[in-house]
Amino acid sequence: MEHIISVTLENKSGALSRVAGLFSGRGFNIESLSVAPTLDPSMSMMTLVTSGDDRIIEQILKQLNKVIDVIKVVDLNESDFVERETALIKVHTKPEDRAEALRIADIFRANVVDSSPTSYTIEVTGDVKKVEAIIQLLQPLGIKELVRTGRIAIAREPVRAASSHARPVAKAT
Amino acid sequence: MQLSGAEIFVESLKREGVKIIFGLPGGVVLKIFDVLHQQKDIQLILTRHEQGAGHMAEGYAKATGRPGVALITSGPGMTNVITALADAYMDSVPIVCFSGQVPTALIGNDAFQEADNVGLSRPCTKYNFLVKDVNDLAQTIKEAFYIASTGRPGPVLVDIPKDVSMNKTSFKYPDSVYIRGYNPTYEGSKWKIKQAAEAIMKSRRPILYVGGGVIFSGASEELRELAEMSHIPVDMTLMALGAFPGDHPLSLGMLGMHGTYAANMAIHYSDLVIAVGARFDDRVTGKVSEFCPHAKIIHIDIDPTSIRKNIHVDIPIVGDCKRVLRELNNVLRTTVNGDQKELRKPWWDQINAWKAEHPLRYEQPADGRIKPQYLIDRLYHLTKDRDPIVATDVGQHQMWTAQFFKLTSPRTWLTSGGLGTMGFGFPAALGAQAAFRNRLVLCIAGDGSIQMNSQELATAVVEKLPVKVFIISNQFHGMVRQWQDLFYEGRYAASYLHQFPDFVKLAEAYGAVGLRIQTPNEVDDGIREALSIDRPVFVDVPVDQFENCYPMIPAGGCNHEMLLQDPPELRERQAVGLKSQQEGKDRILTA
Repeated sequence: MEHIISVTLENKSGALSRVAGLFSGRGFNIESLSVAPTLDPSMSMMTLVTSGDDRIIEQILKQLNKVIDVIKVVDLNESDFVERETALIKVHTKPEDRAEALRIADIFRANVVDSSPTSYTIEVTGDVKKVEAIIQLLQPLGIKELVRTGRIAIAREPVRAASSHARPVAKAT
Repeated sequence: MQLSGAEIFVESLKREGVKIIFGLPGGVVLKIFDVLHQQKDIQLILTRHEQGAGHMAEGYAKATGRPGVALITSGPGMTNVITALADAYMDSVPIVCFSGQVPTALIGNDAFQEADNVGLSRPCTKYNFLVKDVNDLAQTIKEAFYIASTGRPGPVLVDIPKDVSMNKTSFKYPDSVYIRGYNPTYEGSKWKIKQAAEAIMKSRRPILYVGGGVIFSGASEELRELAEMSHIPVDMTLMALGAFPGDHPLSLGMLGMHGTYAANMAIHYSDLVIAVGARFDDRVTGKVSEFCPHAKIIHIDIDPTSIRKNIHVDIPIVGDCKRVLRELNNVLRTTVNGDQKELRKPWWDQINAWKAEHPLRYEQPADGRIKPQYLIDRLYHLTKDRDPIVATDVGQHQMWTAQFFKLTSPRTWLTSGGLGTMGFGFPAALGAQAAFRNRLVLCIAGDGSIQMNSQELATAVVEKLPVKVFIISNQFHGMVRQWQDLFYEGRYAASYLHQFPDFVKLAEAYGAVGLRIQTPNEVDDGIREALSIDRPVFVDVPVDQFENCYPMIPAGGCNHEMLLQDPPELRERQAVGLKSQQEGKDRILTA
C-alpha cells in the first residue's frame, strides 16, 4: 500500500543523502521525494512517497527515526491529508493544435506560463490523478518536456509525532 | 589562548578520558600526530595497517566498554579502515575514528589522497561528521563520543581537513550535548514490562535468548537474577558469550547455526522466548517462517528497528536491557513463588534429556592428528582460572571456540559476528591487551584468517603486547571447505591454502616467538610453554584437516533439524578432493 511520509530533518549537507541512502541500502521504494526548508531555516521538510506492506512501512518509519539528522516522522496515511503536485509541461503545438491545448489547460485550471510559435508551457497543480490526466490528454499533441515537483502533502489536522499503526514509536538510537 | 585544531583535538580527547589512540599517519594528519608526539597523556600505538587500527580500537572498546579511538589519514587510509567501521556497525561497537582530509579548499578537486570519507563511511557508521571550521571541532568531538557510546553503540567517523587541524581558535570544551534528532529510549514501558512478567509467570517452557546488548548495557547481573529466580534456561548468541556464565547449570550455550543441540531444540519447542539485546539474525533464526512455532515472543532492545524486523514480536519493549531487566525483576520478585519450578519441571527434564542425547563432543585419538576441538578444550581448561580475554577470527575455529571455551564473565569475548570479518581477531586482541597490560589475552585464529592481518605482529612486538595466538592450521579455509563438502559435492574451489607460510618463521621474522604443537601429547606442554613467555607468541597447531563443525543447521534450515555428524561417505570424498588439490589438478577433470 502507498504511504505518504512527512519527514522533518536537519537542513544541512548530507542529511538528504542519509535518508536516500537508507532507502537504497535497505531496498525500500521511493516513488516520489520532495524537500525544501521550513519556516525555521535550520530544518527541512521532506515529503516521501513509498509503498510496502504494514511490516515494511513500520520498518521504514523506525529506520527514518533512527537517522540522527531526522527530527520528526509522520505517516500521513494515519490521518486526513491534502496532497499536491505541480508539473510544467512543454507541449509542441502546430497552429491547428494551439486552441486545443488552451482548451485542455482551461479544463484543468492550468496556466500557460510561456509561449513560443511552436509550443506552450503549461503549469498544472493538483493531486496525482489530475496531473496524470492532463498529461494523458496533452500527449497526443506532443509533449516536448515534462518536469514534476514530486508530491507534497500536509495533514488536515494537527498530528502526533511519529507513529505507526496507531502505536507510538520511540525515537531511535 | 588560541589553540590549533590539532591541539584542540588532543585537549578534547583528554577531556573524554582517552588514554590510547591506534593510528597510522599520512600527509594531511601530520599536524595532529605532531601534537600527539609532544605530550604524554595519550599513548599512540602505531599500527601497520589502518584496518588493524580500526580492529584494535574495537578490541579495546569491547574489552573496556569505553569508546576505542583510531586516527588515520585520508584516501587509502580511509578506505582501509572501512572494514573495521562496517564490523563495528554490525556488532554495535563504540569506536570513534578520526580521519584526515585534504584542505577544505581542495575538497572535491580529486586532490592527492582525497576520498569522500563521509560519503564512503555513511552506510557503515552510526553517524559521521566533516568538520569545515576549526570553531566547530571541539563541539563535534564531544558529539562524536556521545553518539558512539550512548543508545545502541556504534562507530562514528570525524573527518578533519588539514587546514582545520592547522587553524587556531580559542578552546572551550562543551559540558553537555543536545542533539534534537537523537534521544535514545532507556526506560522500558512499565505496562509492557508488566505484561512480560505475566507471560513469564504463566509460561511452562520459557527460554531466554540473549544477545550482545546484555554486554553493552552491563546487564549480566540482572540477567542472572532473572534466570535463577524463574528457572529459565539461557541461550546465548555468538555476541553474548560471557554475558551469562557458560558453565552455569542454566546455560545451554550458544544457539544458532553451530549452536548446541539443547540450545536449538529448546528455543524451537519453547512456548515463550524472552529475547534480550538480540536481533534475530538469520544465523540464529534459520528459516524465519518456522522459527519458534509454538512461542510467544518478548523482545527487549534499545533499538526500535531491531524489533519486528525479521520476526513478529508479541511484547516489544524498547529500552536499555539493564534497566528493563531490573524493572522486570522487581515485578517478578514480588510475584514469583515456588510454583514456577514445579511448573517447569517437565521442561527441564526434556532439556536435560536433549543435553544428554547430543552433547558437544569430539574424539581425540591418542596417536592421530590433533583435533581442533581438543586444542581449544585444553586451552580452556589450562587458562580458565586466569579469566582470559579470548579473541577469534571467523570460521570453524571461531565456532569451536564459541562451543568449547566456556567464558564466565562479560567483556572477555572479542569476535566478529555480524560482518564475519576474517582478520579481526589478532588486532582486536592487541587492542584489548593494550588496555589491560597484565591480563592474559588469547587469540584463536585459522591459518587462513590470521594472514589477513598478520602484519600487526610488528605492532605487537614493538608495543610489547604479549598476545598468545593459537593458529588452527588445517591448510584450508575450513568453513568454506565444510560447505563444499556438504553442499558442493566436495569440489574444493579456492579453499585449499597449501602449507604456507611457516608461521613459526613468520613470527620469528617479526621478532616474536614461534612455536609448533605437532601431536596430541604435546598439547598441554605446548600451551604451558606459550603462556610462560612474556612476549607475543604464534603457536602453529597443525590439526586434522577434515574435521567439520557440528551441530550445523544448513542455511535456511529449521532450528530443530541439525546435522550432527559427517555423512558416512564424506571421508573418502575428502581424500580424493585433497589429492587432486595437492596435485594441482582440476577436481572435475580427474573425477
